Amino acid sequence: MPKINTFPLGGIHIAKEKLTALSPIMDAGVPEYVYIPIKQHIGSPAKILVNKGDKVKIGTLLADADGICSADIHSSVAGEVVAIEPTEGADGYYENMITIKTAPDEYEPDIDTRTEIIRDIPEREVIIHKILHSGIVGLGGAGFPTPIKINIPQNKKVKCLIINGIECEPYLTADERLMAEKAEEIIIGAKILNKALGIQNAIIALDQNKPEVIEIMEKISKVYVGVNVKICATKYPQGGEKQLIKAITGKEVPSGKLPMDVGCIVQNAATAFAVYEAVQKNKPLYERIITISGDECRHPANYRVRIGTPAEYLIEKSGGISPQVTQIIYGGPMMGASIVNIKAPVNKLIGGILLLSDQKAQKLPMGNCIRCGKCADSCPMGLQPYLIGKFVQNNLIEATKSCYAMDCIECGCCAYVCPSSIPLLDYCKIAKAELKRKN
Amino acid sequence: MSELIYTNIFVLDGVALTAAVILYFVSKKFKSKSNPKVEQIEQCLPQVNCGACGKVGCHDFATACSKSTEEEFSKLYCPVGGLTVMNKIATLLGYEEQNKKEKRIAVLRCNGSCENAPAQKIYDGIFSCQIAATVSSSPNGCPDGCLHLGDCVRACPFQAIQIDEKTSLPVINPDKCTACGVCVRTCPRQLFEIRPINKKGEQVYVACRNRQKGAIARKNCKVACIGCQKCSTINSTIKVKDNLSYIPTTLSAEKYGKELSEICPTKAIVYRKITNIKEDADA
Amino acid sequence: MLKISSAPHIHTTKTVPDIMKDVVIALLPAGLAAIVFFGLSALLIIITSVASCVLFEYFFGKYVFKTGNSTTDYSAIITGLLLAYNLPSNFPLFFVLIGSFVAIVVTKMCYGGLGKNIFNPALVGRVFLFISFPVAMSRWPQPYFLDFFNMDAQTAATPLGILKHIDASTSATSLTTSASDLPEYWQMFVGYTGGSLGEVSSVALLLGFIYMLYRKVIRWHIPFYYIGTVFILTGITWLITKDVRYEPITHILSGGLMLGAIFMATDYTTSPMSLNGKIFFAICCGVLTVVIRLFSGYPEGVSFAILIMNAFVPLIDRFFVPHHYGAKK
Repeated sequence: MPKINTFPLGGIHIAKEKLTALSPIMDAGVPEYVYIPIKQHIGSPAKILVNKGDKVKIGTLLADADGICSADIHSSVAGEVVAIEPTEGADGYYENMITIKTAPDEYEPDIDTRTEIIRDIPEREVIIHKILHSGIVGLGGAGFPTPIKINIPQNKKVKCLIINGIECEPYLTADERLMAEKAEEIIIGAKILNKALGIQNAIIALDQNKPEVIEIMEKISKVYVGVNVKICATKYPQGGEKQLIKAITGKEVPSGKLPMDVGCIVQNAATAFAVYEAVQKNKPLYERIITISGDECRHPANYRVRIGTPAEYLIEKSGGISPQVTQIIYGGPMMGASIVNIKAPVNKLIGGILLLSDQKAQKLPMGNCIRCGKCADSCPMGLQPYLIGKFVQNNLIEATKSCYAMDCIECGCCAYVCPSSIPLLDYCKIAKAELKRKN
Repeated sequence: MSELIYTNIFVLDGVALTAAVILYFVSKKFKSKSNPKVEQIEQCLPQVNCGACGKVGCHDFATACSKSTEEEFSKLYCPVGGLTVMNKIATLLGYEEQNKKEKRIAVLRCNGSCENAPAQKIYDGIFSCQIAATVSSSPNGCPDGCLHLGDCVRACPFQAIQIDEKTSLPVINPDKCTACGVCVRTCPRQLFEIRPINKKGEQVYVACRNRQKGAIARKNCKVACIGCQKCSTINSTIKVKDNLSYIPTTLSAEKYGKELSEICPTKAIVYRKITNIKEDADA
Repeated sequence: MLKISSAPHIHTTKTVPDIMKDVVIALLPAGLAAIVFFGLSALLIIITSVASCVLFEYFFGKYVFKTGNSTTDYSAIITGLLLAYNLPSNFPLFFVLIGSFVAIVVTKMCYGGLGKNIFNPALVGRVFLFISFPVAMSRWPQPYFLDFFNMDAQTAATPLGILKHIDASTSATSLTTSASDLPEYWQMFVGYTGGSLGEVSSVALLLGFIYMLYRKVIRWHIPFYYIGTVFILTGITWLITKDVRYEPITHILSGGLMLGAIFMATDYTTSPMSLNGKIFFAICCGVLTVVIRLFSGYPEGVSFAILIMNAFVPLIDRFFVPHHYGAKK
């Protein structure tokens, strides 16, 4: 029995509900129109390069990274640009999107569409150039542009690359299926990242409840030097960057610092796959794997989806919205956002679309805090959410600073466990927003 | 028995005496030196620490007053206490009294009530506009409109704002409003504006902040500003920018108010007359 | 119509009433033991106490404090049960009403209801009764096994009372007891001794403890460290002095220690939040209990110890903060 790693502070055990863990990835196909947002990452929106009426192919650069913290946006379909205007996004706010009327698939000439695996890794400069021009962002959900993440400042030293294969959110299985089906590609992706970072070893962190993936990964990783598989306990939020580093290396990222300050870089498994595709196949990031699931989803499945596909199209494909559905969520049930507009497109950061019934996603009326301490026990950052909540309720924002409210990773454990249904996470978010505004 | 009583009296008195001596020396040693003038000024101030004057609180304002020259002093103003308080402070400092300023109150630049902008989704969460604004645009679809969750009600230091049960919009009580500006800073949608109210109690303003194109704005809300520019034909100081009209505070409500509210096709311009307004003591 | 809300979208199904229900279930074995040993009079006291607590909470919440009906969270039932378990079975029923009034209205609702009280309501109720009616509170009826209708007024001493008065130096010779009056360990373990309703049967209380651990209502730390501290402190004294008054097993099996350590010191509202704080709290409770039992005029000190430590909970919470991830060393 291999050693099971985990983080010592807090964490909760939630019902995993991985309905789609065994359903193979299917191609979602191409909808009639795709809407490609020009901001799918943290940072400034990309600069639009196309005009209305332009013909585009799959992989055509639509918008160029603007500034240091930004990412390229590529076309996910072949067709014609019919509009560039503010369009209603998932949360109801209007954002700039490029609307493309689709035509039959046609690829940019340098994209390699063959299926065989290419194992030779090019030079470091080539890798960095290709990653920079393929619009790769962290696919775990934060959306931090990958080129910045692998560009280590001179005074910092990275010793360890961790490939995050832990999908601790309930329902989501997109990464799990990808790892089961594209294990070798992900490992080559990790080796490419290794070369870009100038280090030799990569650790693939996997969740204990994915025996199939563990078996495949362990078998393939033996062939590659420096690639190790480490198994982590099934506990939420094991996939959180800071929790994963603690579990794997035993080090804590100091408050307010980055993982590279303790010599670690964490990349999502899907990001590693995107890096492989970009470097070996010249394929920019224009599609990703998305899980459609939830207790009211008629046909839960994992789809390979073009960026910009409207959620409605995917929901129709998996059986439509039943009358019991009261919430539709982009992302996982713990950290995802409920959406207002089902016509909104999926972007690079969305790992799942969940259709939940009222029974599942119910919010009970808030009661008194009974001081049970469950929130503090479950907080993976060792904070005292009840205290932050009390301070925010009484408008004492300054005091939350001394409770380290800024270190909250917004995992939602506190609000999940609270027996009085106090929206503790919302209070932490208010505290963080107010503290940020004041500084 | 009597021995016990004497012992008790002796011990307790001893403890009390020692404590008194210690306290005496501690209070001598740690006595805070405060400027008597600051204290006097502070006593004139309303003591709500709202921060409307731009200082951290009333004490800070008092300190600033006490240090100011006459010219600097004329720039300081306590919007809550108004002229009465400022003149009192001026007398204390031996400066000249200031002139009367116009009465100003906060107005809500949104009219998206349940009727005008019916909800299309149910918001099921914490009562905080700030959180609701990050979760989605609004249940009624307007990305700039009132969220009806009452952050302003909780923030107002004078209890001047209340949520109307019928419209679910916050209503400002003009008698209680001191134009302190806390609501302006609190509202995540910046819906409040401090606007003057003329002697007859008249006000005219655009009750909308929606910057979307007219058709989209109108789809979600009956009384949205659609940027039709009709109002700017009446007075050229009214500017329409990003599909949204803005009436400057200097525009006379008495002269143009009625005309403006009648010409506005969506009734986004509000012209109102507040009667029986309680005058400030200094008026 | 679709709903929109902020994350997390799923929540635990274990709400406050569920937790409280679990505590009520955990308290039931002790109540059964009380009925077995003290007959129907015990049942009468339990019913009076629970009913009055619930009714006080209902009426005062609805008509006096206007906070609405808060009886649905089951916490009043727990307070009622705990208060009853702290009373002798021959206690006058009217006094029980006074006790529940003090517990529910004065200690809990005046502070703002569940979660806002500083002191454990049932304990304040008990101490109030103990100070106001000391005679009625220290006359313990003789236990009879399964003799429900036995209403005779014969009283028995509690094991702790016996220990307290073993020392013959007091002038009141009628109170003097000897070590031979002490019940056997097994009697104390199952509850076949004089004492308050719920505190006599250690085995029933331990059953409740195991149930609460199984349901993850409480952690094991507070009861363990509390009882452990009492055991070690009395044990050391006993080893040094060889005096039967300090005999540790009698100390942990008798009196309100088990009831206090398992059900009252672990009360969420009046115990510290962090784990280290809980351990500190439990050890302090243990020390205070031993000090009161051995050196004060009272034979029993659990309720005072817990109440005194309740007052320190805000300070403990402030001092024992959990380790914070990424804290600067």
